Amino acid sequence: MALLEVRDLTVVFERKGTKPFTAVDHVSFDVEPGQTVGLVGESGCGKSVTSLAIMGLLPARGARVTGSVLFEGVDLLTLPDKQFRDRRGRDLAMVFQDPLSSLNPVIPIGIQVTEVLERHRDMPRKKAMVEAAGLLDKVGIPDPTRRLSEYPHQLSGGMRQRALIAIALACRPRLLIADEPTTALDVTIQAQILALLKELVHDMGTALVMITHDLGVVAGLCDEVNVLYGGRVVEKAERHELFAAPRHPYTHGLLASIPRLDAPRGEKLNPIRGSVSDNIPWTEGCAFAPRCPNKLDVCVRVTPEQEDIGGGRLLRCHNPVKPPVVEEVSV
Amino acid sequence: MSTAVTPGSETPQSDTSADTLVSVEGIKVHFPIKRGVILDRTVGHVYAVDGVDLSVRRGETYGLVGESGCGKSTLGRAVLRLTEPTAGRVVFDGTDLSSLRGEELRKMRRRMQMVFQDPMSSLDPRQSVESILVEGLRAHGLDKGREATGKRLRTLLSAVGLPITSLRKYPHEFSGGQRQRIGIARALAVEPDLIIADEPVSALDVSVQAQVVNLLEELQDEFGLTYLVIAHDLAVVRHISDRVGVMYLGGLVEEATSDDLYAEPLHPYTRALLSAIPVPDPLVEDRRERILLTGDLPSPANPPTGCRFHTRCPWKQATRCDTERPELREVLPGHKVACHWAEDIRAGAIRPHEVEAVLVEEDGISPDVPLVGPASMTEALNP
Repeated sequence: MALLEVRDLTVVFERKGTKPFTAVDHVSFDVEPGQTVGLVGESGCGKSVTSLAIMGLLPARGARVTGSVLFEGVDLLTLPDKQFRDRRGRDLAMVFQDPLSSLNPVIPIGIQVTEVLERHRDMPRKKAMVEAAGLLDKVGIPDPTRRLSEYPHQLSGGMRQRALIAIALACRPRLLIADEPTTALDVTIQAQILALLKELVHDMGTALVMITHDLGVVAGLCDEVNVLYGGRVVEKAERHELFAAPRHPYTHGLLASIPRLDAPRGEKLNPIRGSVSDNIPWTEGCAFAPRCPNKLDVCVRVTPEQEDIGGGRLLRCHNPVKPPVVEEVSV
Repeated sequence: MSTAVTPGSETPQSDTSADTLVSVEGIKVHFPIKRGVILDRTVGHVYAVDGVDLSVRRGETYGLVGESGCGKSTLGRAVLRLTEPTAGRVVFDGTDLSSLRGEELRKMRRRMQMVFQDPMSSLDPRQSVESILVEGLRAHGLDKGREATGKRLRTLLSAVGLPITSLRKYPHEFSGGQRQRIGIARALAVEPDLIIADEPVSALDVSVQAQVVNLLEELQDEFGLTYLVIAHDLAVVRHISDRVGVMYLGGLVEEATSDDLYAEPLHPYTRALLSAIPVPDPLVEDRRERILLTGDLPSPANPPTGCRFHTRCPWKQATRCDTERPELREVLPGHKVACHWAEDIRAGAIRPHEVEAVLVEEDGISPDVPLVGPASMTEALNP
């Protein structure tokens, strides 16, 4: 049994007078201890809502969450609030995209780190402060004891993100969800944070769910990748296979539209035409069909089902991209 | 075009040859840091741009890259005099922009336009697309009757790939990529020579980014435009630029043609920057060695002495680095680097070493400057 089993997770936003909107549509995936699973997609594909649903952070009113999220066999979605609170922060923790808006601006960093320790590990304040300094040191914040008494605005963006990771790691959670943890940061700082996350997964055996739009980040960090489009997983594969032979036209298009540092210059980029606003609802066919270069007539009539195409790969497409011809079996 | 501009002005690096459209000479932009409500004392400066020389040739794309806070956007604005430079000058097509006043400057602005990062906040939500596009034409006397203007607008829209029906629509009716197309059409409307694009694609989704990048390239071929593209995404900059300048903390540290820069970065900062960029290929990612920089960008209000990069540089040497600010000098043909040890690093004579992370003071003025005067109006009235 996997550490986290997400089955048919569906989130529908409802409001009186408007049509219900399905942000996440039957998303399923597993995460094993020490494994990094990526959720990739563009804005509006439902990747952040998935993470909020797993953490139970969606509002009870307005958002209808169905399916199941099994964490060590316990369904988090049906767990009473009080028990969920005991687990959140202790067993599963989250790192958000914007560190400034997820830290409380009027409370010193030290208090925000020790809060978790006091709540979940019943540590007295003094002992927790020592532990907090250790945590800040571990995530690479210089002079941690001094930083404990400082406020979030006194820290740089990279330092804030580190502080946030320190808070998330305070109770040594078994699952860490990182929602675009490096998007607000510069590349050199991004490299530092990614190296840190990699090290943590390796050293502590933490399972990591990495949510990002950056395929470069995925290539370096994730073991398994789920590509989301319009709230559904359209392709799922091990990272080497995904990048070597993307089968879904969307994944293929994404990879073709990124200028690469190691590719020869001067060639034109191959963008995906149109934008997310051209999507058709999944109930009527394939949401990606209006933008798809491989579109068939069947694509706008029949909703493609998720199929197992072997090698642990899942694909949701009527007319997938042909795999490149490989002369020899590569590693 | 004559090269001499204002009489008596010294030209330190006079390569204002015929094919140079813009040359920036020793430009500096310092923003004062004010403290106190009534006294309004200046307690320091943010050295946003601190002495940059560069020139952009006619018809080329010059890419300016750097991380946030390195001064690249300020430099772009200073070139257009949207932000008044503290020192230095900008020569545009033989005319010294700093000598222009009022109406003359306004007329000159027709020839240099800007495309901004966030298409939502740079388009007036209450103006229709037609009104947005016509405004510039009117301001520069290019609105020659209803028919001619209508034709011009249609050409513009088809050039940026928007349907004619867009004219009556408002910015909120468009997606991000389409809004950026409107921003580009607005810049094109007045037939400029130079377009400064400040992060033109960073607010867009990956699949749409490529569309806008391709569009910029097509327009350049069609209208013979010169671009100054400012961006933090090195892969995008490499793709569209002919020459690239890398900025760090207010100064250029390296300048070369796009291919040279990426094939053989000479400055330690450029090397670290390039190695930090994730490549969407697991095979490359697993193999490559990263140069991880320690610590953060120092505050531009309190830049390090000597080489600005020495506090984070893995190749830092005991001498010169912390005392002497390196000049941008030509190390290889067409490849300029601001590093004392560029040749030795290139030859492998100097090896990288560990760097201790240095604490960064946020504004750099807190310890030695006492807070004088009242902190608020209330405090001033009731001491």
